[in-house]
Amino acid sequence: MHRFANPARFLRIASALFPWVSVLCALSLAAGLWFALAASPADYQQGDSVRIMYVHVPAAWMGMFCYSAMALFSAVALIWKHPLADLLARATAPIGAAFTFLCLVSGSLWGRPMWGTWWAWDARLTSMLILLFLYLGYMALADAFDDPERGRKSAAILALVGFVNVPVIKWSVDWWNTLHQPASVIKRGGPAIDSSMLLPLLLMAIGFQLYYVVVLILRVRAEIAEAKIRTLRLAAIHAAGGDDSP
Amino acid sequence: MTRKRRRLYFVLLGMLVLGGATALVLTALKDNLVYFYSPSDLAAKAVAGRRMRIGGLVEEGSVVKDGTQARFKVTDLAHDVGVRYTGVLPDLFREGQGVVIEGRLGTDGVFDASEVLAKHDEKYMPKDVADSLKKAGQWKGEAR
Repeated sequence: MHRFANPARFLRIASALFPWVSVLCALSLAAGLWFALAASPADYQQGDSVRIMYVHVPAAWMGMFCYSAMALFSAVALIWKHPLADLLARATAPIGAAFTFLCLVSGSLWGRPMWGTWWAWDARLTSMLILLFLYLGYMALADAFDDPERGRKSAAILALVGFVNVPVIKWSVDWWNTLHQPASVIKRGGPAIDSSMLLPLLLMAIGFQLYYVVVLILRVRAEIAEAKIRTLRLAAIHAAGGDDSP
Repeated sequence: MTRKRRRLYFVLLGMLVLGGATALVLTALKDNLVYFYSPSDLAAKAVAGRRMRIGGLVEEGSVVKDGTQARFKVTDLAHDVGVRYTGVLPDLFREGQGVVIEGRLGTDGVFDASEVLAKHDEKYMPKDVADSLKKAGQWKGEAR
């Protein structure tokens, strides 16, 4: 693992991967949207509203995936003090928050015609809202200290503590009565979803996953560049004769 | 023991304790975390007058509509309870469909509903697949 913790090596690998991942991401999103909006059938009881699911479900998966990744990166940053892990965790947070927000909004738009309500305080919806607040809290906490090291440490601990919410989200529909329906794809006895609808769903999920990788690379590259500029500026100030004024 | 190893064990132990504490709290609050009670819960608890939600299937052949008023029975296949509702029912509402109803149990044993929500199941399929399943006699009910 230590081999990949080197920012220069990360940049080299990431830059080589970047064009391929971007192209694959665009292709799978284009194909996914084509199948989701045009080339897949309407549902037997939801009609065309089922198409919201092709955005809602992958967004929910990514909301949980990004949080798990953020917690893992935070643990690595706390235990082994790898600066790159910390960068990855902080770059993941806004992406995960955006996916979670998309999931909540699209779910609300689906709930109105199907359930008859925009929102219900059931266990699944509430735990997903808590996930969004955890992301926002993490981002706020990471920037809340004058000493960036303290902010990073506090945020990493928050990310780890909040991780208990992820299994609660996943199994909330099995543990308690909820208005939200139980899992359709990852369940015992195989998916309860027709293959003509599973295909666009999986294509969209792959597209969302690759989108995460693309944006993650962009964000981490920007962060590393910023850190370099800061170091160069400090060096220039020192070279100019120890004048501390900005 | 190196400092890294010590931090690793500390984090693992922390997560374990936190997970255990969460599990205990969630188990203790089980009754409050459910979004609705089943008609069987209602029969066992019999809390007339308290505002609550019940959920189950709309019993086949029980729906009587009179203008905007509707009466129907909600069942969990063990117990059932009669429901009174005035208002617009959701699109997915029909006999055999899962519903969640908010309201209070009247003294006459009929549930006075103030809101009726349709509960969707986890099945997704095109209309022609649903039709051919019905034709082949493979249909297992709509909202189970």
